[in-house]
Amino acid sequence: MKITSKKKVREIVAKSFMWMAMFVVFGLVISVIWTVFSKGVKAMSWDMVSKLPGGGFYIGKEGGFLNAIVGSLYIVGASTALGLIVSIPVVFFLNVYLQRDSKLAYAARMAFDVLFGVPSIVYGAFGFTIMIYFGLRTSLLGGIIVITLLIIPIFIRTMDEATRNLPRDILDASFALGATRWETLKVVLRQIAPGIATATLLSVGRAIGDAASVMFTAGYTDSIPTSLSQPAATLPLAVFFQLQSPIPEVVDRAYAAALVLTVIVLILSIAGRFITNRFSKNKV
Amino acid sequence: MQKSRIIKDKTAQAIMFGLTIVSILMVVVMFVGLYLKSAPVLEDRSLWGLLTSSEWKPMKGEFGFSPFVAGTLWVTFVAIFLALPISLLTAVFLTEYAKSYVKKFVFPALDILAALPSVIYGVWGVLVIVPWISKHIAPHFMDFSTGYTVLAAGIVLGVMVIPLLVSLFIEVFSSVPLELRESSLALGATRWQTTKKVLFRRTYPGIIAATVLAISRAMGETIAVLMVCGCVIGIPNGFLDPCYPIPALIANNYGEMLSMPMYEAALMFAALILFLVVLVFNLISRIVLYRLEKRLGNS
Repeated sequence: MKITSKKKVREIVAKSFMWMAMFVVFGLVISVIWTVFSKGVKAMSWDMVSKLPGGGFYIGKEGGFLNAIVGSLYIVGASTALGLIVSIPVVFFLNVYLQRDSKLAYAARMAFDVLFGVPSIVYGAFGFTIMIYFGLRTSLLGGIIVITLLIIPIFIRTMDEATRNLPRDILDASFALGATRWETLKVVLRQIAPGIATATLLSVGRAIGDAASVMFTAGYTDSIPTSLSQPAATLPLAVFFQLQSPIPEVVDRAYAAALVLTVIVLILSIAGRFITNRFSKNKV
Repeated sequence: MQKSRIIKDKTAQAIMFGLTIVSILMVVVMFVGLYLKSAPVLEDRSLWGLLTSSEWKPMKGEFGFSPFVAGTLWVTFVAIFLALPISLLTAVFLTEYAKSYVKKFVFPALDILAALPSVIYGVWGVLVIVPWISKHIAPHFMDFSTGYTVLAAGIVLGVMVIPLLVSLFIEVFSSVPLELRESSLALGATRWQTTKKVLFRRTYPGIIAATVLAISRAMGETIAVLMVCGCVIGIPNGFLDPCYPIPALIANNYGEMLSMPMYEAALMFAALILFLVVLVFNLISRIVLYRLEKRLGNS
């Protein structure tokens, strides 16, 4: 009897600790979101998202952060497109052309896991050295290159996971009909389409939020870049730089930029979960 | 006709093979690039001297990294110390206890934590954690603190690694076959006993590997830490001292380093240290995790 009760007490203690951990996690989510929204909504106005900063982003009291919104869109759009172009062939090669127990595939997956873990500041420093080597200054092009490098591992890892779960029979069925491996790409693409969508959303989320890598490479500016060789502002850096300003109006711009960034990321995250839930049901 | 299809197939193979090799080689290229850039400072000083000296005077050519290494270690330790129990309990709860309706709320919450950019955590740290430490924690230990401390950076960083740790733990725990749990429960063990004696014992290499991965993630985190760490050069003596981790050092000085080749080399050396630590930690823990997955998957 005594042993049983001790066992039960421990069970209850363990369980209550778990609930506590759960509440901590929820509390943290709510605290972060609440902080950003309560500050951001107050600072938000139409001018913020439709005007360039007047009189310098650090000291000027006028205007908004359109430069950062456009800069982020340029960088994220271009690098997502480039990332997809590189990653889809790699994922396809790993899963269709290579055998399941291939050494090369193992090494490749390992390499992408490592690249995924490399901090973005190291990407930034590395990108910076490459740019100097080619004689580039901080520019839109530099930002795009570094962000592309940064998100390729995310693309590949996420899509690879979706493709690995694909039943081997589908490939065999396609081969049995006389299709080459290249032609089988169509079948695989259709099957992993939701996986590609989720991977894209994840990568866009990471690309738009990363500050450390673009700091070195894209730089920061008050205007909207008109060519690839001009520096470009980005949303996370708009938050980071303007938050340190002594002028309240500028700090408000940082809060509003943080709100915009958070809303974008939240939408991406919700869309990602929606796609996963929606399309994983009717997959073969 | 037949031939052109096969040629197409082979061409695609060659191109894809090329792309795969190039992207794998990125690891090597990164190492070589950073190494070449940091070579001047490595030729000039011994590796040991660089890491243990605490003199940081770039203008005089003194590059001692020990304050930054110590800052990184302090912050990472605090972050993992705080995040590990919460993540472990959350993961056990989600895999062993939680009903599906609870999971419906928890997973999106973790998704959001994982998706938020580090600069947003920085804003949160500056607005919530730093004032809290300055007003409520520090006064118990000292006269005055701005709140920009090891503890602030550790808390912010801890929150940031929670989603990573939880998702890795869940992966590790779900690799344990259901039969093992069922046989333990059938013998009269409670769920918590099963968790301790079956789950943890079976997966402890995975738990350690996941923690190592989280450590390497925490070490490289830049912007959020930079915003709350205080950025005072010196070895922190306690968790209420300001600190200056390596990523913050690189990010803060990128503008001025161009003018002095030695300074640039020193900062690139800092990036190289981060890269190597992350590389080694990742390789070890990934190999452990792959093995675990295979072993438990087959049995």
